[in-house]
Amino acid sequence: MIITKEIIDFHGLKLEEYSKIKLLMNREPNYLELGIFSAMWNEHCSYKSSKIHLKKLPVKNKNVIQGPGENAGVIDIGDGDAIVFKIESHNHPSFIEPYQGAATGVGGILRDVFTMGARPIALLNSIHFGDPNNKKTKNLLNGVVSGIGGYGNCIGIPTVAGETKFNSTYNENILVNAMAVGLVNKEKIFYSKAKGVNKAVVYVGSKTGRDGIHGASMASAEFDENSEDKKPTVQVGDPFTEKLLMEACLELMKKDSIISIQDMGAAGLTSSSVEMAYKGGLGIELDLNKIPCREENMSPYEMMLSESQERMLIILEDGKENEARQIFKKWDLDFVVIGKTTDTKNLSLKFKNEVVASIPIEALSSKAPLYDRKWVKKKLDKKRFNLKEHKKIKFDKAFFELISSPNHSNKKWVTEQYDQMVMGDTIERSGADAAIVKIHQKDKAIAITVDSSANYCKSHPLSGGKQIVCESWRNLVSVGAKPIAITNCLNFGNPENPEIMGQFAENILGIKEACEFLDYPVVSGNVSFYNGTNNNNIYPTPVIGGVGLIKNLNKIQNHRLKKIDSQIIIIGKTFGHLDQSAFINELYDIHDGMPPEINLLNEKNNGEMILKLIESENINSVHDISSGGVILALAEMSISSQIGIKIQKPQKTSNIFEYFFGEDQGRYLIEVNKNNLSKVEKKLKDNDIYFENIGITQKEYFEIDKDLKIKVKELYELNNRWYNTFNGLNN
Amino acid sequence: MNSSVIVFPGSNCDRDVATALTNLQFKNKMVWHKDSELPKSDLIVIPGGFSYGDYLRSGAIAAKSNILKEVIKAAKSGCLVLGICNGFQILIETGLLQGALLRNKNLKFVSKDINLKIINNENKFCKNYKKNSIINLNIAHNEGNYFTQKDHLKELEDNNLIPFKYCDIEGSINESSNPNGSLNNIAGILNNNKNILGMMPHPERMVNSLISNSNGIELFTSILNK
Repeated sequence: MIITKEIIDFHGLKLEEYSKIKLLMNREPNYLELGIFSAMWNEHCSYKSSKIHLKKLPVKNKNVIQGPGENAGVIDIGDGDAIVFKIESHNHPSFIEPYQGAATGVGGILRDVFTMGARPIALLNSIHFGDPNNKKTKNLLNGVVSGIGGYGNCIGIPTVAGETKFNSTYNENILVNAMAVGLVNKEKIFYSKAKGVNKAVVYVGSKTGRDGIHGASMASAEFDENSEDKKPTVQVGDPFTEKLLMEACLELMKKDSIISIQDMGAAGLTSSSVEMAYKGGLGIELDLNKIPCREENMSPYEMMLSESQERMLIILEDGKENEARQIFKKWDLDFVVIGKTTDTKNLSLKFKNEVVASIPIEALSSKAPLYDRKWVKKKLDKKRFNLKEHKKIKFDKAFFELISSPNHSNKKWVTEQYDQMVMGDTIERSGADAAIVKIHQKDKAIAITVDSSANYCKSHPLSGGKQIVCESWRNLVSVGAKPIAITNCLNFGNPENPEIMGQFAENILGIKEACEFLDYPVVSGNVSFYNGTNNNNIYPTPVIGGVGLIKNLNKIQNHRLKKIDSQIIIIGKTFGHLDQSAFINELYDIHDGMPPEINLLNEKNNGEMILKLIESENINSVHDISSGGVILALAEMSISSQIGIKIQKPQKTSNIFEYFFGEDQGRYLIEVNKNNLSKVEKKLKDNDIYFENIGITQKEYFEIDKDLKIKVKELYELNNRWYNTFNGLNN
Repeated sequence: MNSSVIVFPGSNCDRDVATALTNLQFKNKMVWHKDSELPKSDLIVIPGGFSYGDYLRSGAIAAKSNILKEVIKAAKSGCLVLGICNGFQILIETGLLQGALLRNKNLKFVSKDINLKIINNENKFCKNYKKNSIINLNIAHNEGNYFTQKDHLKELEDNNLIPFKYCDIEGSINESSNPNGSLNNIAGILNNNKNILGMMPHPERMVNSLISNSNGIELFTSILNK
């Protein structure tokens, strides 16, 4: 077959990239070889636009065992235990086919974690949908939530936390990011690097079908009006098979049989075999006649590009084949030796006794294109919101509207579709500042959170990058955990557009600055570009997954108020920054202006103070202040505990809206018993922490000065209404 | 006391219930579905999960597995059998318990903490609970909507074969406290001999107040000093 411009185009390659292929091959590639190049050189697999920026991120400290570059990151949590975690996007497939797209997103990220020898112990997700009034939103929301639940519930890993957001920027390109966290013995971590020549390459798991062909290339292009036609590129998941595969792999990992192991994720058999060989400086030879196929007459092209789920590639030590085969037989899974490692540094594929492809491994990996794309700095948005220029709104009405808005309503409708308690170690679930999962049979736990703030990142990518790292850090601190490391999922628009590339570059700088200051390195992650349709790019939406350690289970905290007549204190200074706040977003539909400033020094001091206060057991509850400001944080504390509050507005406050709805950063609310008050106040003063005593807890009523009074029960109902109404359910 | 936890491909609460049993001093063994012999057991637990992926119908394939023949034999000779969630579905499929577990009323998976009222405690599984007390357990299922024929329902009510019903925090048993549409808010049932209990809520998830609460402990301790 002659390779025409149309064929090159169809494979998502540029003409100059094709010229580079010919140069590396010293000849024209055949159709199969071209397919393999397209699978490896697309944005999703090659990181060709992002790599030079990602290199700037801090990836090491004393807790990091494995940083980016493996299936997932690994951190040390002491006592021989390590935590393996990563977040990944499945945006494009989920928009085309919400249930399967979301389900296989969960399946894929779980494989990344158990591939490294870890038993997954928690799942999280961050999902972003378009405007609720957009006609697609309801179907996408229902499909994605069912898909996430369908996979996680069946395999039996608790979905412990997440976020669900709505914004018209995602109308034609939703975001579905899934994070998995696993526990492994520090001495039994498995990697993907192949070692040794003539070692058996084994295919295990499900059979290969025609689903998901070109999935990774599809995820590396924008959508247009024909996106529906891409449905066949979405994979179909089977969580039952994944459960068997997970148990079989973990059982085999107890023995000393595995040299290296890699899951078949994006670009399936192609990327898994190439990555293993490349990391080991080896070649690999596969006999495609041996691939277990689900359908008849599959071509080498289809086998190499299929993204069928629940498959793994293993390189085995000599003489361990039988032992390994028995384990997979017990779990009723395919186990086939399909090839061997070689010293040729070549990917060599045989089919019907003929060599059908032969490509230098380096051409597919280290020699893949790398772009330093043009980017421009974001201009500062000098517009400032001035309350006086807008229609008057009553304080209580504004609050009621905000708390019953889609983005700030209680998300029980979503989280009750996820099994949060299976495995029996979930201490804090969705709704908390961070989830807490106990380490099985041990007296310690990890705290986990996922966060994003796309509107901040859109208006000022640098501050937005800093802010989101800080928010993640703050959430872990609020439950009493020492933050250890993060994983990031960077969802952006088209990198070929210099403005979008600028958002990316500046956002990375922001993340870097905050991570370095807080000693909170990035150990894994994923970049998802081309989120947009017909040149309409989404807001830059980095999602941060953070993990922290709790060494003493008796020193954890949550945001539920505990007692009547205790004191409520704000830690950190309130300036009343309303630009980019939920208040003006939701109530005035205004999206201009700068996000709140980040002061890393205050952030760190305030957070460390909170950890000390939790440690000393002098406080009853803690909540970080984020979207919606002080009043939303107070409401969440009240609603979750059914205890009321009575707050006085500070006398110096010029404007009640700015004070209670402003989104200044680095702040927390704490509840303190009156008899501990002087002790706590002294500590705060001694450590130069800015704080304000704003009121007390009380029975039944949520009350702010003379401006707002409502029963907590009614507040709960306001907060709980939206999802049910939206989905046509009775309350 | 000896207990056995049956493990099917797709079981996922097997470890949880084994942990609870072991912590409460049961001598527990895990039994693989392909085995054809049961270890000596005073209690057999069929755990929650998605046995065989819930393909065909929840519990249908597991009910035909090798080991289930032995479980049925043991059950008929009076051994205590506890089926939790998917285990309850399997017991229904074997015919050891009667009725059906339909899709939840709102057709969605439901996972949350619910309140249960102890309706009958005169059986080996519940005797450590106070009658009419309210306990809080977790549910997580797609097909937990219990249904049965009128005459069987009467038999269940008349013979004290319904140990617990879903209720609200004050103990009211009504539609708003019914999480899945179950007939009369039924959360679990016993066979006529009262040696087999099937229940949708997960007692094994509530055995440690540091994690959740300890309301599930009495179910296991009731069995211990039967």
